[in-house]
Amino acid sequence: MPNMSPNKTKMPEQAPNVRNKNFSEVALGYTEQMAIEEAQRCLNCKHKPCVSGCPVNVRIPEFIANVAKGDFKTAYEIIKMTNALPAVSGRVCPQESQCEGKCVRGIKGESVGIGRLERFVADWAMENLNEKPQKPQLNGKKVAIVGAGPAGLSCAGDLVKLGYDITIFEAFHKAGGVLVYGIPEFRLPKSIVQKEIDNLIAQGVKVQTNMVIGRILSVDELFESGFDAVFIGSGAGLPGFLGIEGEGLVGVYSANEFLTRINLMKAYLDEYDTPIKQSKSVAVVGGGNVAMDAARSAKRLGAEHVYIVYRRSEEEMPARIEEIHHAKEEGIEFMLLTNPKRIVGDEDGHVAGMECSKMELGEPDESGRRRPKAIEGSEFMLDIDAAIMAVGTSPNPLIRSTTTGLNADKRGCIIADESMATSKVGVYAGGDTVTGAATVILAMGAGKTAAASIDEYLKNK
Amino acid sequence: MFKILRKKALNDSVVLMDIDAPLIAKKAQAGQFIIFRVDEYGERVPLTIADYDRDKGTVTIIFQTVGNSTKMLAQLNEGDYILDFVGPLGVASHFENVKKAVVVGGGVGCAIAYPQAKKLHNMGVEVDMIAGFRSKDIVILEDEMKAVSDNFILTTDDGSYGKKGFVTNALQELIDAGNKYDIVVAIGPIPMMKFVCKVTEPYNIKTVVSLNPIMIDGTGMCGGCRVTVDGKTKFACVDGPDFDGHKVDFDELMRRNSFYQKDERSKECRLLGGNGGKDNA
Repeated sequence: MPNMSPNKTKMPEQAPNVRNKNFSEVALGYTEQMAIEEAQRCLNCKHKPCVSGCPVNVRIPEFIANVAKGDFKTAYEIIKMTNALPAVSGRVCPQESQCEGKCVRGIKGESVGIGRLERFVADWAMENLNEKPQKPQLNGKKVAIVGAGPAGLSCAGDLVKLGYDITIFEAFHKAGGVLVYGIPEFRLPKSIVQKEIDNLIAQGVKVQTNMVIGRILSVDELFESGFDAVFIGSGAGLPGFLGIEGEGLVGVYSANEFLTRINLMKAYLDEYDTPIKQSKSVAVVGGGNVAMDAARSAKRLGAEHVYIVYRRSEEEMPARIEEIHHAKEEGIEFMLLTNPKRIVGDEDGHVAGMECSKMELGEPDESGRRRPKAIEGSEFMLDIDAAIMAVGTSPNPLIRSTTTGLNADKRGCIIADESMATSKVGVYAGGDTVTGAATVILAMGAGKTAAASIDEYLKNK
Repeated sequence: MFKILRKKALNDSVVLMDIDAPLIAKKAQAGQFIIFRVDEYGERVPLTIADYDRDKGTVTIIFQTVGNSTKMLAQLNEGDYILDFVGPLGVASHFENVKKAVVVGGGVGCAIAYPQAKKLHNMGVEVDMIAGFRSKDIVILEDEMKAVSDNFILTTDDGSYGKKGFVTNALQELIDAGNKYDIVVAIGPIPMMKFVCKVTEPYNIKTVVSLNPIMIDGTGMCGGCRVTVDGKTKFACVDGPDFDGHKVDFDELMRRNSFYQKDERSKECRLLGGNGGKDNA
């Protein structure tokens, strides 16, 4: 008999006024009892709409049925068949627009908490399963993966299972990509990411850090050195700025810089050397998940006021509803329909304020969202001492400019077809380097598709 | 892990190290840089490559102990290891149609000016070199620089060695003497590069500077190293570090580079028994 409660089993969380002063994880995770209770809300629909909403096709009703029975090990094995990083995706996927968005229970009431259950199962497995992953028999073919982010890790996870000899080349000193430099500890603990990576290494995946492909070795040289195929998952790259006056002032950061200082370089911990300034009043420009991450991090560093400055209304915000909700709970102040015009500095060239205009929404633009336009005479000055620009990124030119025969589009994104094959034979690409800035799970899905294509290509080679 | 194969003090605060990094040595070119991280708690710090030996597989770095990280690096000895060493990063210096050049180095910047002079010299370019120091006791690489220049001028601010005065005075004299240069390469403290550009601008002599702004990843991701060049935002790590000096906003660069200076001063070196802690904890 299914649990017919219209609401998801509540996720235990740190209280807003406690958590906005620490970097520990906000959501604490289900207990076994909570997980079983939530799993019992699943109707086990025959046509499985949820699976069609999942970029990596997790067999959702099957794993949930096993959670309902209390067989967490089988549930984990089912998830792992198609998802290399369940502890990650269970935490950061926008489930509301994917699996959960298609859930029949969501029609009258809340959908099944699929993400929460996936997270529970992955965490349970990390704690309770000590079996060493098996090293598959090698098939004698070598694949190079450029970038140890979600796309590369997911591609590696699938290929290593098929017997390929995998080496991941990572530019940073640590593997994980956006999972370690971008997404904060309070949303995705770095120990969880490390365990997922250790798991891949235990299966035989090699990770070489400090390797900037395009500089130390070119893609062509990877082939010369014996790799049979290459997957490029080098991420989104260059941070965007608005091009307004004052962006060169001291105290203006890209969200990438601000978050990298905190997450990768651990500037918020005393024992690490990388500095970060304590600011009193911070404006974060943008309305996506990165903006929410930056704002919530700034609050945790002790800022009295943290503003989200966004030129459209909340409805158009690309951030997940849950992140917006969490940010509001933590005291982030939302200045919607507000557009920065210029950043002003004091006599030392430090940020002293941001002049903004109030906006109103007009007709829909090419993105389908209503176009914001400035209300004349509405300018006002926002009192801030730091500004963080979270207004998107554009692809890093390093690989496309150093690889012969690799085509890119006008924005600079590498062109890949639906199988993730690029214009260069044996080279596949996926994730933000192809799509521009998107989500972790879409990158994982692309890595997975590329893995299948690479397998197909090398089997027939 | 990257082994320190050779360590040599060039003066009281400037250290040379040869690092075992064969893959980087194979690709390195003058003008490019590396990023090092001493240990797990260290910062990522960019340093321009001073020299390389493709056969031995070594990369030479020369650095002044100004901040916490460089102090920690200077504590290490031959045979010790650096945790991370990544490169070569940035765009290599590119010289075309140059017959006569003047290379200007200031202080520890001479460590970077020297490989540029060497590259030009090896290309068959006539090289005048001006190396400026505060005083005699901090002069570095004198013999090396002499060996790659047709005309070598050493200046000290206090006149304790070489010619008394600033590099800009020496440069002005060379120009006044009727020397015609195709290019000026200036590498040193930001004010020095700014004033060299001021000297060359009226004569329309192409002037290249090598910038070393605040940087984290060095691959174009963080945007911390952005500089305004010709009114446009450029990233020193992927668009540079060399830029047309007449177009660089040096004042902005100077302000941005001083952002963390107070934090630096308050730190104690971890390897010397300090906690490496920050004052903004």
